[in-house]
Amino acid sequence: MAPLPPLLTMSGITKSFPGVRALDGVDLDVQAGEVHCLLGQNGAGKSTLIKVLAGAHQPDGGEITWQGEPVTLGSPIAAMRLGIATIYQELDLIEGLSVAENVFLGHEPTSAGFVVHGSAARTATAELLKRLGHSEIDPARLVGELSAAQQQIVSMARALSHDVRLIVMDEPSAALDPEEVDNLFRIVGDLTGEGVAVIYISHRLEEIRRIGDRVTVLKEGRSVADGLPAKSTPTHEVVALMTGRNVEYVFPERPKAGFAEGREPVLRVEGLTRRREFAPVDLELRPGEIVGLAGLVGSGRSEILETVYGARKPDGGRVLVDGTPLRPGSVRAAVRAGIGLAPEERKAQGLLMLESVSSNVSISTLSRFARAGWLDRRTERAAAHQAVRELSLRPDNPDAAISTLSGGNQQKAVLARWLLRGCKVLLLDEPTRGVDIGARAELYTVIRRLADEGLAVLLVSSEVPEVLGLADRVLVLREGTVVHTADARELDEHRVLDLVMEGSPTS
Amino acid sequence: MTQPAASAHEDAPTSTAKAAADKEGSGVRRPLAGWGDVRTLSLLGVLAVLVAVGGITAPDEFLKTSNLQLILTQASVIGVVTVGMTFVITSGGIDLSVGAMVALASVWATTVATQDFGFAGILFTAVVVGVGCGLVNGLLIAYGRMVPFIATLAMLASARGLALQITGGTTQIVTVGSVLDLGARDSYVLGIPPLVLIFAAVTVIGWLLLNRTTFGRRTVAVGGNAEAARLAGIDVRRQRLYLYLLSGLCCGIAAFMLIVLAGSGQNTNGNLYELDAIAAAIIGGTLLSGGRGTIVGSVLGVLVFTTITNIFALNNLETAVQQIAKGAIIVAAVLVQRRSPHGDA
Ligand SMILES: Nc1ncnc2c1ncn2[C@@H]1O[C@H](COP(=O)(O)OP(=O)(O)OP(=O)(O)O)[C@@H](O)[C@H]1O
Ligand SMILES: [Mg+2]
Repeated sequence: MAPLPPLLTMSGITKSFPGVRALDGVDLDVQAGEVHCLLGQNGAGKSTLIKVLAGAHQPDGGEITWQGEPVTLGSPIAAMRLGIATIYQELDLIEGLSVAENVFLGHEPTSAGFVVHGSAARTATAELLKRLGHSEIDPARLVGELSAAQQQIVSMARALSHDVRLIVMDEPSAALDPEEVDNLFRIVGDLTGEGVAVIYISHRLEEIRRIGDRVTVLKEGRSVADGLPAKSTPTHEVVALMTGRNVEYVFPERPKAGFAEGREPVLRVEGLTRRREFAPVDLELRPGEIVGLAGLVGSGRSEILETVYGARKPDGGRVLVDGTPLRPGSVRAAVRAGIGLAPEERKAQGLLMLESVSSNVSISTLSRFARAGWLDRRTERAAAHQAVRELSLRPDNPDAAISTLSGGNQQKAVLARWLLRGCKVLLLDEPTRGVDIGARAELYTVIRRLADEGLAVLLVSSEVPEVLGLADRVLVLREGTVVHTADARELDEHRVLDLVMEGSPTS
Repeated sequence: MTQPAASAHEDAPTSTAKAAADKEGSGVRRPLAGWGDVRTLSLLGVLAVLVAVGGITAPDEFLKTSNLQLILTQASVIGVVTVGMTFVITSGGIDLSVGAMVALASVWATTVATQDFGFAGILFTAVVVGVGCGLVNGLLIAYGRMVPFIATLAMLASARGLALQITGGTTQIVTVGSVLDLGARDSYVLGIPPLVLIFAAVTVIGWLLLNRTTFGRRTVAVGGNAEAARLAGIDVRRQRLYLYLLSGLCCGIAAFMLIVLAGSGQNTNGNLYELDAIAAAIIGGTLLSGGRGTIVGSVLGVLVFTTITNIFALNNLETAVQQIAKGAIIVAAVLVQRRSPHGDA
């Protein structure tokens, strides 16, 4: 092989935010046509690094060369001109604009320099979407009306609308179901075949094995290994590099089967249904049980959770806590009865982005810290601190603004809220989305411990191994209908995937 | 296990089949676009009702050509201001200084010294003063990182103060004949007053700018999600600067129109225009939080308010009652907005 100069090299990149050194000397080199994976724990600096590369953050120090030439990436436009396109971790689309308008935002096809050519943009967008295998998305539709997975596709179309040499994807698979991940990988394959380089960030090691060529590992803002072969480096080695210790990727031990049989159900769902979303569901949850809902994105899992929680009004059926029916469609009633929900879209539904970690955690428990309406800020803060510490949230500072936390740590803050509240029934919607391997194991342990203490947990996750490993009992959903219920120990991943996709009738 | 495997063997019930079909055919319906039309239609409906009310309560006067001309002329001045305001609000900002800018521009353009330069001098001064104030607003907000509310509040106070300083509280009578002629009945084009034509032109240009140009697209993007806009390569600060410039420009034009209409310049001109313009934009369907704006809606909003004022005046009702009616309409419009599919999606 001729020693081609790398497409991109970044060396000694540093970047500080007030109080945090996010990048502390990172080296990265990327070859044309390769899939280069970035691994690291939550808060390791992955997103910060790619924002530097995208021109969205200015580094404090270090050098970037592009095809052998030193460059400065002073603005997002400068990076785009070189052919660097970025799909950010937090989707960065504008909901009030249409698909085509988002795709061509900032580089609209125009006549006379400023008159937008709407139809040209729509045609080009339709072609990009077709190339991505999603021609069912109408370019004229508003982005706010699309599902998370569809929005992901739009982000991708936007990246491809530029003349790209390098595409950066920050946890693109987090919101996708297995089928769509396959589709994503097919696109990545096509791109690298054309000589485009891809930087791929994910917490799922099995994905990196499937499509990665080389791996760079970040730990606390430093690259601790670069250019490792993605397929052959043993998992324990990668994990040890990331975490600095040996983490076993195992699930906490379950109590023996049928342990909860004799207990009175704490949550009973009877014939709960919402037209066009899910068919009548029956469900019983006993103290100490973890019940998983498996299914594809869009199969109605989140909708069921939100309806149980009262955030959506059911068209039929009822929810009972300790035998008492709840007022339908009332979140207050559900919360007062002891139900908690950690929602899927943490930014839109879960977090007060302008507030500190501690006020985000204590928001559902405020009355406990108040006397005659006056907040005792010190105990509030201390309690919140305790809750986030149990989840080893980083930075270990309850006063940090939630918006400055890395994605996975924001997720932990949402969980900490319900930890603090100490409810009877906890509804978890994708609790580990974007959470790194080490912290995942911790989360699983915490969830199981809470269950052992008598909490009932209803868990939704797109990651089948997670549902199977953590839950006692699993309900498989397909297109809004429960197609199978079984003890988690009687199922395996293949079986669940079969049920979820084909929904082949079961005996 | 004790759980019944609910309907495990049956085919998906029709409701879910429909849900699936719905997802497939996602391209077919555009609820929001439809909703926009519904809102426009409902404002037109309100306007029609108002015309009917006017026709019934003041049958002799309301539908007379001269009264309709009057309504449109009155709507024109505030209408031009509202078009500029619509852009600012769509971008997630606010401009509280519009009334004060109109006042300052109108008195500066009618000083004795300016009137020496005749028609062109008056027009030029009004526009330049408006744009100048807009420039200060824009620089403070975009590059000085001031909150729009505060920056334009400061402009409101100082521009009004300066206007009082210039006039000393007196009314500056316009003596330039060509300017006054523009307001006279003789210069109506096919029965349409020239001021209304200016308003129409500003409306059309504003609509094109918002809906057909990169400038408009960027305005919506900045209002919808400024960080996303920045990451998409938009110069958000420059865009903000331009938007306040635009608002200032509209105020300059409105000041000139007011000079024509009143035949004078006063430091009390444009009193509370900021509230009228914001209210008209909001009932028209522009989101106060930014990210969505409609010029057509704003213009209809202005027409609704002006017509109400007219009907109350014809029926000799007190201004107090009129204010209450306006307040009720704003509340009703915002309640209707909250019902939009976007709101509960
Ligand atoms: N704007 C900001 N202000 C202050 N601190 C920040 C800011 N952005 C990031 N940080 C901090 O920088 C560190 C690195 O964050 P980054 O988002 O790059 O992590 P990450 O590797 O992408 O993590 P994750 O896997 O959770 O997405 C974190 O400690 C984070 O709190
Ligand atoms: Mg990240």
